[in-house]
Amino acid sequence: MASKTIRIEALTRVEGEGAVRLTLRDGRISRAQLRIFEPPRLFEALLRGRSYTEAADITARICGICPVAYQMSAVHAMESALGLQLSAPVRALRRLLYCGEWIESHALHITLLHAPDFLGYASGIEMAREHGDAVRRGLTLKQTGNELVALLGGREVHPVTVRVGGFYRVPSRAQLLALTERLERAREAALATVRWTAQFDFPACDRDYTFLALRHPTEYPFNEGRIVSNRGLDIAPADFEAHVEELQVKHSTALHAQLRAGGAYLTGPLARYNLNFERLAPIAREAALEAGLTRHCTNPFRSIVVRAVEVLHACDEALRIIERYEPPDAADGEYAPRAAMAIAATEAPRGLLYHRYRLAADGTITEARIVPPTSQNQAAIEEDLLRFTAEYLEQPQERLRERCERLVRNHDPCISCATHFLRLEVTGR
Amino acid sequence: MSSSAPRTVVIGLGNPCRGDDAAGAHCVELLRGRVPSQVELLRCREPAALLEPLARAHSAYLIDACRSGAAPGTVQRFDVCAHSLPALPGALSTHGLELAEALELARVLGALPMHCVLYAIEGQSYTVGAPLSAPVRRAVAAVAADILSAH
Repeated sequence: MASKTIRIEALTRVEGEGAVRLTLRDGRISRAQLRIFEPPRLFEALLRGRSYTEAADITARICGICPVAYQMSAVHAMESALGLQLSAPVRALRRLLYCGEWIESHALHITLLHAPDFLGYASGIEMAREHGDAVRRGLTLKQTGNELVALLGGREVHPVTVRVGGFYRVPSRAQLLALTERLERAREAALATVRWTAQFDFPACDRDYTFLALRHPTEYPFNEGRIVSNRGLDIAPADFEAHVEELQVKHSTALHAQLRAGGAYLTGPLARYNLNFERLAPIAREAALEAGLTRHCTNPFRSIVVRAVEVLHACDEALRIIERYEPPDAADGEYAPRAAMAIAATEAPRGLLYHRYRLAADGTITEARIVPPTSQNQAAIEEDLLRFTAEYLEQPQERLRERCERLVRNHDPCISCATHFLRLEVTGR
Repeated sequence: MSSSAPRTVVIGLGNPCRGDDAAGAHCVELLRGRVPSQVELLRCREPAALLEPLARAHSAYLIDACRSGAAPGTVQRFDVCAHSLPALPGALSTHGLELAEALELARVLGALPMHCVLYAIEGQSYTVGAPLSAPVRRAVAAVAADILSAH
């Protein structure tokens, strides 16, 4: 039996360090591995012994681009454990902060990391020479997202104002209204970005994914909701670990996740879109349909259009929140720590982010578990590699490498978050 | 967004809470009140945020800390319009834009001012909460004087 390994080393335009290894047996791919060798981050261990009030600021350090997601899952977990009810304005501000993060994270990935794949450039900078307007538009979007995070969070990266029960500081109505014009321009830029990405050439690669995302009764999910799938799963976040197991695999320093009932699943923009289409803002729904998407999208390459639709939604939602905003009376609520299990899941730009903490009576964290979206998506990415590379095996290694990188980048993995990037390795060709 | 008069922008980069990484921020503060009103003073923690102020400026001075292996306090002056920045080892993040990438992007997009200089000050220590080291403090004063002499 002929066997061969193809290796793609150091994936580019993804965050963190990883590689791909394809194993071939008798000319067919028998195994595809996303190899993550970024060193473990050990955050769950260093949270032990710290106060419940510190989790939001410590976990924010896991990621430079989605710190808000970590803060949100952490504070919502603590608030749920302490029985805190957020006032409507605080809840609205949390959603607004999340809008800012989605806008800046998605705008960067769409414009500088993902679009070059479709337009045939090795980098965003190379692409910018001939697609300057699109890149300027993307950067303006990103900057708008950053400004929103900076205003609410105190600074663009690793914001510092979020606390259990509310915020250390909240913006005035005038401060938020001052962002309106900028956000209106961003909403137009997002609509133009949806139309721009819709013109790209998408390989015919549909796949019957199991999607997992939050679902809220009325809102497109950011901060809260039940965890649902397109296969009938409908659970409270507290039941996540009863349905999802984490597994250690030799080829990755990031734990894999799979459904206990069996099988890989996908979280992130495609999952949210498929499970929550009707909760998108009308302008985002219309733009999606006009862009040629249907209510269900199962082609991972089209995730770039879905991300643009989500940016449009986030701009529109931010404007809606600002229009109705009245500052909260007190920036935080009254509460006392107690022994409890603190659990929450929110929607990071890359997908479902689950946090669980065991708290002692004085609020000390005695155990922490953090399940980031990229960890959860590793198995689904490997299945994409297994399914969508066969026709490239006879092609030059550079073409195969490019195909594999594209299949990984479709899911905007954050390997630093997951270890907790790309080398291609093919065995058996 | 665009301004009619030619403007100068001075941008201090870096994290003000990380020892010598605060060199850029300190330089901007040294210049405050000492430069003409058409000189805009900015502090910036994320290179992607540079593009807008650069695009509206006629002249730009950027100050950042660096680690090249030179003696602490060494100032390297780069004419960004004339040359791309040298590649810096081990400083690549695909999640954000590095300074060199942001400046290349600005160049490609035609957003670099007519005149753009980067002062890279060699840091000694990047300890959280630490003050500027003595050699970096002297270098910051020298860079501020250099910028003032141009106005």
